[in-house]
Amino acid sequence: MTLLITILAAVVSTLVWYRSPKRAEMRLGVLSLMYWGASIMWFVDAIFEFAELKEEFFNAALADILNDSLLGISVVVLGLVAWLILVLIKDPLGVIRHHKPDNE
Amino acid sequence: MACFLVPATEAIIVSVAIGVMTAKEKKAKLEVKQGDATLSKTEHKPRFPFLAKLKWLASLLWGGAFLLAFEHLWHGEVVPWFPFLTAAANPEDAIEMLKEMGTVGVTMALLVTGVWLAMVGITHLMQKRSAKVNVAEEA
Repeated sequence: MTLLITILAAVVSTLVWYRSPKRAEMRLGVLSLMYWGASIMWFVDAIFEFAELKEEFFNAALADILNDSLLGISVVVLGLVAWLILVLIKDPLGVIRHHKPDNE
Repeated sequence: MACFLVPATEAIIVSVAIGVMTAKEKKAKLEVKQGDATLSKTEHKPRFPFLAKLKWLASLLWGGAFLLAFEHLWHGEVVPWFPFLTAAANPEDAIEMLKEMGTVGVTMALLVTGVWLAMVGITHLMQKRSAKVNVAEEA
């Protein structure tokens, strides 16, 4: 489930990157590549796990599926937080650099 | 156990290479600027046209390794105290961990690099084809 959720996040972020005219400014490519990198790594992990467990690989307990799903969602959220921090540090629109407290 | 350490190591090496190339690029740009004031930024040919594509690999590796490290933290395989990896606490688990790094970790790094190479190759072909079409249209 972690792999599936991460692939879903990778596909959605890639579509957003493809459609957005501000893809470079907003570093959408980094977000998308981050999820793809994790997806490839979990895919390898899944292959090795399948080679070890064989049929049992597809017969996971409900509790394990739920735990994996929660992990997948947490991974997606963590990726978004990491990307947000990167965008705020780079500040492509100069919002933080040119911030004036009077404007609020 | 600690498979993410292999792609993370590759990410460090790639980032160092990016840093060195960026510094050389900046130096070359500065030399061009000082040498010929009439030469605009766009006329400057990059020394490393490959640099932007190398950053894709860094994003793939850093992102993947970071999210995988979180997964290991989730499963209690990485802890915030020494020796940070629970498998490193006893020799038997440490051997198992090294074996996993040598198999799963190396495969992860190889597959990510392979996917990146495919991305570079495909985009290069697409850009080449697009340039050819543009030239044909202009003619």
